[in-house]
Amino acid sequence: MDKNTQVLATVEDAIELGLLAEEFELIKEAMGRTPNFTELSIYSVMWSEHCSYKNSIKWLKTLPKEGPHMLVQAGEENAGLVDIGDGLGCVFKIESHNHPSALEPYQGAATGVGGINRDIFTMGARPIAQLNSLRFGEISKERTKWLVKGVVKGIGDYGNSFGVPIIGGETMFDKSFNTNPLVNAFSAGILEGKMISATSAGPGNPVYIVGSATGKDGIAGAAFASKDITEESSEDLPSVQVGDPFQEKLLLEATLELAKTDAVVGMQDMGAAGITCSSCEMSAAGDNVGMDIDLSKVPTRQENMKDWEILLSESQERMLCVIEKGKEKIVEDIFEKWDLHAVQIGVVTEGGIINYSMNGEVVASVPAESLVLGGGAPVYEREYKEPAYYQEFKKFNIDDVAQPEDLKEVAMTLLQHPNIASKRWIYEQYDSMVGTKTMTTNRPSDAGISNIKGSNRALAMTVDCNSRYVNADPEIGTQIAVSEAARNIVVSGGIPSAVTNCLNFGNPYNPECYWQFVGAIKGMSAACRKFETPVTGGNVSFYNQTVMEGKEEPVFPTPTIGMIGVVPDKSKIMTMDFKSKGDLIFIIGESKDDISSSEYLVSYHKIDASPAPYFDLDKEFALQETMKGLIDHRLINAAHDCADGGLFVALTEMGMPNKLGFDIVTDAEIREDAFLFGEAQSRVVVTINEDQEEEFIEFMMNQTVPYTLLGHVTKGKMCVDDEHYGYVEEIKDIYDTALEKALS
Amino acid sequence: MKFGVVTFPGSNCDQDMIDTLEISLGQKVEKLWHKENDLKGCDFIVLPGGFSFGDYLRSGAIAKFSPIMNEVIAHGQKGGYVMGVCNGFQILCETPLLDGALLHNDNQKFICKNIFLKPNSSDAAITKDLDPNKAYKIPIAHGEGRFFAPNDVIKSIQDNNQILFQYCDEEGNVTDESNPNGSIENIAGITNVGKNVFGMMPHPERAADENLSNIDGKFFFESILANLK
Repeated sequence: MDKNTQVLATVEDAIELGLLAEEFELIKEAMGRTPNFTELSIYSVMWSEHCSYKNSIKWLKTLPKEGPHMLVQAGEENAGLVDIGDGLGCVFKIESHNHPSALEPYQGAATGVGGINRDIFTMGARPIAQLNSLRFGEISKERTKWLVKGVVKGIGDYGNSFGVPIIGGETMFDKSFNTNPLVNAFSAGILEGKMISATSAGPGNPVYIVGSATGKDGIAGAAFASKDITEESSEDLPSVQVGDPFQEKLLLEATLELAKTDAVVGMQDMGAAGITCSSCEMSAAGDNVGMDIDLSKVPTRQENMKDWEILLSESQERMLCVIEKGKEKIVEDIFEKWDLHAVQIGVVTEGGIINYSMNGEVVASVPAESLVLGGGAPVYEREYKEPAYYQEFKKFNIDDVAQPEDLKEVAMTLLQHPNIASKRWIYEQYDSMVGTKTMTTNRPSDAGISNIKGSNRALAMTVDCNSRYVNADPEIGTQIAVSEAARNIVVSGGIPSAVTNCLNFGNPYNPECYWQFVGAIKGMSAACRKFETPVTGGNVSFYNQTVMEGKEEPVFPTPTIGMIGVVPDKSKIMTMDFKSKGDLIFIIGESKDDISSSEYLVSYHKIDASPAPYFDLDKEFALQETMKGLIDHRLINAAHDCADGGLFVALTEMGMPNKLGFDIVTDAEIREDAFLFGEAQSRVVVTINEDQEEEFIEFMMNQTVPYTLLGHVTKGKMCVDDEHYGYVEEIKDIYDTALEKALS
Repeated sequence: MKFGVVTFPGSNCDQDMIDTLEISLGQKVEKLWHKENDLKGCDFIVLPGGFSFGDYLRSGAIAKFSPIMNEVIAHGQKGGYVMGVCNGFQILCETPLLDGALLHNDNQKFICKNIFLKPNSSDAAITKDLDPNKAYKIPIAHGEGRFFAPNDVIKSIQDNNQILFQYCDEEGNVTDESNPNGSIENIAGITNVGKNVFGMMPHPERAADENLSNIDGKFFFESILANLK
């Protein structure tokens, strides 16, 4: 046993471990005595931002949690659970792995994928599809290229081997992410049987650790830094965890086999702070139960691991599992079949105390409730202040920007910009079809769609957030993020169901960063209430910042929205590609003299200071209701959201799958550049068969949403006001290979 | 007629293959676990795709030591039908059943996309009913799919009409541009001399369900069913 860890801790130790002096006092109060060093370490990780949400929970509680389809309340379990009909539940969640990915992109991203999938199958659901949302710095920088290649390979290698398809995602490049990329991974699973809860119960029931052996990886990542301890052992501590998708695949199959038995009382995966966090959270979720855990029984990778190393290890592919007494053999046999460890390391006890012992001696004894979110973990109200730039950005006036003479050149520049160009280089490295459920491979839609075999339903999903809009206006920008997610699902033929969020922000102790956070939460609340899509869970990642010109600057605030929706009738899935020459092209929604925060304004005119684009939540809602009606009445044959890059990019994207072009006219009332490249929200491009024009117009006459005939689909030529913009086939090649070229 | 689909630890296309055979083609399927020593009376054995044992060494190199492989090899050597898709093909190339090896793709990356296949030999059950002039759209998803064999082996494979499929373009032309991974002679799948063992990198089971809007792969299985001896 390590002598150092058993001495009484001091307030200096607490501060060194990242706690505040007043938090040390709270700990003494909760324990009724002064903690020893190991106990203090446990508090330091459990009360860290990552585990306790102490600086965000006050605001997170204001998000809408109730919805018609919710089966589990937000925050109660590892992930949200939503009823998708036919007796099935969908478990889904998004999580960040930003900081590990900034240090070691390959393993950082890979373990992010591993972690999010464990959150899904620990509840007894089989993951069926993944998405991811990535942010990188300027693509011309060598460091960015290194990060992109590492992150993409990490996500691919882990997910491909694990065997869950990646069916969508988004990637944005901006200088604010130069040193701090964002890696947000989303996974969704289907729950067929009963849910496994992350709750302990029944004193006397055995506690098992299952999955991989415990090693020293990730301990430094848990903010465990003490000179006394690390001097002798820091050299062999990798700060980033190492992923093993093969072990994860075995753990998945074993866990789902176990879920079918009646042996499991509760289970939780081990992420941050490993055994500590899972044992505390499972106990605190139960009714006055604790655990006696014998750390010397934990299978380890290295000899002579110290008690605190075992407690705080973040080795991947492990779960803590409470089993009904007398059913131990069921568990052991299943894990034996899959060649995995399943070792009893403890027992559930009465009273809320967790005792960790090593070689017969108790090394730490902590009240579970005092450690967790919703229990004794501190909750802070942070001050916030509107930054000066917010009002500055609003002064932007489109009239100060001259319209370029050659709009064809603008179009070509935009189509090759890494934020707009095809992400083929990325997604072809991901297995997008394993599972034989991906319906959007051969028929692309704005959302990813996964077939629910044996039913007439399908699951639609998307991740969205335009970080630039959120920076310009956190409240409106986040409303737009939620709206775009819902729009992507609606124009694919789905009904939005629920949201998971990944809140990537800067330092919460910086009042201007916190103002962005508060604005984002307010915007998210408003939009989620409007669409009746409750927020089921997710995660918060603070301290994302980049050093620019010697100054620490927060990354663009990025509240990534992961949304799922149900497609009630598979025969009504709407695709985004032009179908035939001669089809009529309409735009639904209002065209505006607006280029604010557009890719066009930023990357062509190099103007960063402008507000969020035009947006009105009520009009957005009306647009989506109209789209649902058009799809339900089978009046359109393609629909595509008008998003980054504006109308011209949307039309080109619709043309590329079948190599069809378009011939359109612009609106004399609106500046041509704004009409073609502006990003005013709440617009969808649709095409209709000429034979249905009358029916379509009749339907639209009864709607409040404006609609305009733009032109028609051509054999391949792209024309705007009779000016020739090139052929889709040629453009497609440029668009498909631009990212690859920029990365080489 | 009964199919057997083997699951190795790390297989991840086993259920897809079972669904295709059972749901799309209405066949009887037995699940076979790699630790078993019995083919349970199956006539046609399928080794599915995935990452058997994590494929941390060389793809398929560990799986060939699983107990069930003794039975699979014996079955194939007696003239019984064996088919390996993707990782299954990699495993078969580690055994005496098929020649050649699958190396890292020439771009050193995992590639997942639709490609086109041109049937070559029409002697095998899997190609007999296919149209030799049609390009079949089938997905690939692999990091190690570059077929390689020494010149003399390639020559004998060609001489014995053992090339099942070649990568081609949408019009059926076998070109360098349509070769996704650098395989010799654009080889995407081969058979043995006895034409009872099939190995291919592309995934026909991923193109056999109308819900996925591509059923080109279903024709491969229908050809198998129509021509089994």
